[in-house]
Amino acid sequence: MRVALMVPCYVDMFYPRVGIATLELLERLGVDVVYPQEQTCCGQPMANSGCHEEARACEEHCARVFSSFHCVVTPSGSCTHHIRNKFTAAADSTERLNLVQNTFDLVEFLHDVLEVREFPWTSFKHRIALHTSCSAIRGLNMASMSERVHDPLFSKPKTLLRGVSGAEVVDFERVDECCGFGGTFAVTEEAVSTRMGYDKLAFMQKASPDCIVSSDMSCLMHLQGIARRQKQDIPFFHLAEILNGVSL
Amino acid sequence: MSRPIDQARNAETFLADTAHEQRLDKLLWAMRMRRDAAARQVPEWEELRTLASQIKEHTLSNLAEYLIQFEANAIANGAVVHWARDAHEHNQIVLDILTQQGARELVKSKSMLTEECELRPFLETRCVRVVETDLGERIQQLDNQPPGHIVGPAIHKTNKDVAILFSQKYGSDPDNEDTAYLAGVMREHTRPDFLKAGVGLTGANFVVADSGAIVVATNEGNADLSANTPSIHICSAGIEKVIPTTESLAVFIRLLARSATGDTITQYTSTFRGPRKGAAMHVILVDNGRSARLGMKRFWHSLKCIRCAACMNTCPVYRRSGGLSYGSTYMGPIGIIMMPTFEIRKYSELPFSSTLNASCTNVCPVKIDIHEQIYGWREVMEENDQIQVVKKEAMRVAGVVLSHSALYRTATSTLPVGLEVLPHSVIYSRLNAWGKHRDIPDVPYETFHEWYRKNRHDEVMHDQPL
Repeated sequence: MRVALMVPCYVDMFYPRVGIATLELLERLGVDVVYPQEQTCCGQPMANSGCHEEARACEEHCARVFSSFHCVVTPSGSCTHHIRNKFTAAADSTERLNLVQNTFDLVEFLHDVLEVREFPWTSFKHRIALHTSCSAIRGLNMASMSERVHDPLFSKPKTLLRGVSGAEVVDFERVDECCGFGGTFAVTEEAVSTRMGYDKLAFMQKASPDCIVSSDMSCLMHLQGIARRQKQDIPFFHLAEILNGVSL
Repeated sequence: MSRPIDQARNAETFLADTAHEQRLDKLLWAMRMRRDAAARQVPEWEELRTLASQIKEHTLSNLAEYLIQFEANAIANGAVVHWARDAHEHNQIVLDILTQQGARELVKSKSMLTEECELRPFLETRCVRVVETDLGERIQQLDNQPPGHIVGPAIHKTNKDVAILFSQKYGSDPDNEDTAYLAGVMREHTRPDFLKAGVGLTGANFVVADSGAIVVATNEGNADLSANTPSIHICSAGIEKVIPTTESLAVFIRLLARSATGDTITQYTSTFRGPRKGAAMHVILVDNGRSARLGMKRFWHSLKCIRCAACMNTCPVYRRSGGLSYGSTYMGPIGIIMMPTFEIRKYSELPFSSTLNASCTNVCPVKIDIHEQIYGWREVMEENDQIQVVKKEAMRVAGVVLSHSALYRTATSTLPVGLEVLPHSVIYSRLNAWGKHRDIPDVPYETFHEWYRKNRHDEVMHDQPL
């Protein structure tokens, strides 16, 4: 299967290791991965700010770069949510439609498409505080929502972590409350954003995890920024790194 | 033109008082947990939400018919029905009724509509004394503040705050923070007003078309005293409060208290079908922008709201900002999508006071797609040039750079330059906002793109898709 790897702009710039882990993981699983080098960004920062006009060219560029692939995989629930559910700045075209239909978050691709349950090359005997982004939970249905009290409990990222030898996912309070990143919100509403982040970290820390893991690096960029300011030296990993066999 | 409300700045002020902020967050989160527990007790909870949403959508789609049906039935029951196009007409109708009665005092129960119409200042400047009889609302009135929450108006205040306020206004013991004591103080001072006032006013949770009744849900019984003690009962109701039948009322009653506080039902759920013997009942049906909102293709769903405040309780931003930070009648997620319909410029920043986490949408008992509407309002603000110039310019620059891979590569390979535009181009007006309480990520040795070009030579040469 030939798959295009979409590396979110902030991952490209700040977390190349996450792009590398995603690429290597997919290669390990026998996927023929292509990284189209013309790619930039999905347009979400502009669109989320209400600036659709400014997002248009970016979305159209994105659609052009990826439209010929039958499957596009990105290690970001937030970008996937934007492309699948909010990709309306780009003019309607076959290219746009292709991208909208063919984009998967890495977790979805592993869990639903490849149906991988075992990661035999891993050994990670540590306690993990798992954070799943609001885009992934409520936008992509990657885990059950606490508000929907009658829905069966499930979490695709957690299911994948069960295939990691030794990994233990810890429970903590308010598990699906927003971490406060929120894209541009992180700077426009700095005070509330960081307080939400402090609270999220405090709930996680109560469960004494060895590390914090998420399938969305943007939430982690925010949370790690706060943790560092507080001189907490707990490590942060993208889920792809854990599944690819990183060690603490 | 009024300046936009700066919710972010107001929230920052609120957050500076850590004790109040943490208390509010915990209190409202506990409310959310109570809501979850109550919903868990009802196996058909999701079906109820769907049904409630459908009933509201049906009624709003046939609003004129149901309002006319209500009017006919209410008149047949002996009530007087008034129609008010806007806040001023509503206030004038109330004043006229008071004047005809020769009344100079009005007791009222909680009504967000009268807050919206600014009834109290209107009457007070015309020499009418207005007494709020809901405990929280009375606290806010005495403190000269608007409600901070649509169900618990003074929820942001501690018992200590109230004890001090009451000691100043009522001369009570400033050191006695006991809830029962404080409620007793308030009761002692407002009970005589029920007897003195010539007119009592209530809001309406539901206006039932097939019976001509209005339904008011409270926990303190003060609405019943306001309606039943004076010889005139005025009920102010927004036109969107109409529902078709008494049977459909059951659906909403089951959802309302469970969503609001996690209780199965409010202490009092009172149906007023007509005037008592020797008394009069007036119902004022108020539009005040509602029919205009009904005409908004993307936003009319907000009219389904039954004012339970579940969206506020679950909202992580609201819980850490306090209701007063929104500077508006309705606050939190539902406020964000309602307020711009009243005044677009003043509330143009509110849609950005959200992380779009969608928890609000999932607790809403009438299934309003709140977070989608917040997203939609951001676009509307942009279309109406209500976005700050600096932010807009940053987005324009980011839009150009991000749509040209060569520019993007230049920006990202020279990161110190790139940081100014990417990815948090975003860092616009408040340049250092990211770093105030957070470290910025380490800048890596190379981007993924650069790594890939070095480490995947073959693919770089042939990256054509099949």
